[in-house]
Amino acid sequence: MLSKRHANGRVAHAWPIRIMHWVGVYAMSCMILSGWQIYNASPSLPFDFPPWMTLGGWLAGGIAWHISAMWLLFADGLAYLCYGFASGHFRRHLPPPTPAEVIADFGRALRFRLPHRLGRYNAVQRLLYDGVMVVILLAIATGLSIWKPVQLGWLTGLFGGYPVARGIHLAMMGLIVSFVIVHVVLVAIYPRTLMSMVAGLEADPETTP
Amino acid sequence: MNRASVRASDIKPELDRLRRRGLLRGSLSLGSLALLTGCDLSTHSGVDAALWAMLRFNDRVQAALFSPTRMAETYPASAITNPFRFNAYYPEWQVREVDPADWQLEVSGLVADKTPWSVDKLRALPQEAQITRHICIEGWSQVGQWSGVPLHVFLRRVGADTRARYVAFSCFDGYSTSLDMASALHPQTILALDFEQRPLSPQWGSPLRLRIPIKLGFKSAKNLQSIEVTNTFPGGFWENQGYNWYSGV
Repeated sequence: MLSKRHANGRVAHAWPIRIMHWVGVYAMSCMILSGWQIYNASPSLPFDFPPWMTLGGWLAGGIAWHISAMWLLFADGLAYLCYGFASGHFRRHLPPPTPAEVIADFGRALRFRLPHRLGRYNAVQRLLYDGVMVVILLAIATGLSIWKPVQLGWLTGLFGGYPVARGIHLAMMGLIVSFVIVHVVLVAIYPRTLMSMVAGLEADPETTP
Repeated sequence: MNRASVRASDIKPELDRLRRRGLLRGSLSLGSLALLTGCDLSTHSGVDAALWAMLRFNDRVQAALFSPTRMAETYPASAITNPFRFNAYYPEWQVREVDPADWQLEVSGLVADKTPWSVDKLRALPQEAQITRHICIEGWSQVGQWSGVPLHVFLRRVGADTRARYVAFSCFDGYSTSLDMASALHPQTILALDFEQRPLSPQWGSPLRLRIPIKLGFKSAKNLQSIEVTNTFPGGFWENQGYNWYSGV
């Protein structure tokens, strides 16, 4: 049994979403931790990452992890995008919110009046989930541009040349990590969402409690 | 030649030990402990074998992405990085020197003419100049100016079998590297004699270095001693330790 489903209930997170989410967590963790290893070889900011927080042991190991995990992330991301568009997941659950919706829901959140309903995303959530998808796409595009600045020179040029593209790649990592922190804090506040992403709980009803 | 010299072979056991320790530590780091839960942690070698297999797969993908007609970006003289950063597998005080007048480039393997080459003979060949970006595997980069003999001109002059798979480079400072033939024949791949319009000084690879802007910096070997055309995979100093062999950019 992949899900606990009531007779007429909808599962908050369909099983393909749950599988792709956790494969993505693994792939992205490998990318970030090995990326920190690579960053440490020549830090472009006045800090480096503690070695115990990195993956690969040394530069070559970090690169080996990075270019291995990138295929997993690529496959997972491609599957997610295909599924998201084909199944209507994006259209139904993740339409980009309008600024007015975001402001309204953010105001409710600040007054602790924003309900968190399993399987339904408020405007702030949609902004974060849509936003991190764009950020990940930019991380992939800048990553390709600094991996192949000659063969994909047009892409590197689009990002302002190799050193700038490298800076953007690092900044996208920072945004992804920021997202993960916010995401994990919110999951800790609503642990039912974690259960749902693992086991597949029934979605909450449409009506506001 | 009287400077203290360290040959790669002298420190190989130490390097191997460091490498094993590095990969072991990698397998034991927070990342993999957290991420490989469920895998049998006693199979470090299995994980490493998978990573090496991915590196080889990645080499094939990179070769497929390569186009012989795509050029590395060239820059105006105003873009040249100054001061230029020294980089080698040893610190700058260990740079090896030879007298260019006594030096000869050896040529071996699948070539018709194995006569050694002096600096003067190399200078008599057609020369190419370039201002290109040197991109280090560590992530930093700098723009420099080199000139010398295009490698494809040299290889054809010595009657190399350009259908061979590899061109290998050995250096008198103990370094070595190798290229796929397609990259070796790229018009921007040169045997550089000059850096910033002056003959190479020892720290920039005197008397002759490889300069290949379509590869990561560690492929641009300094202090060349010999060139071999071969079908046997030659590897290289860093490549044997785990740097991606193809390392095209």
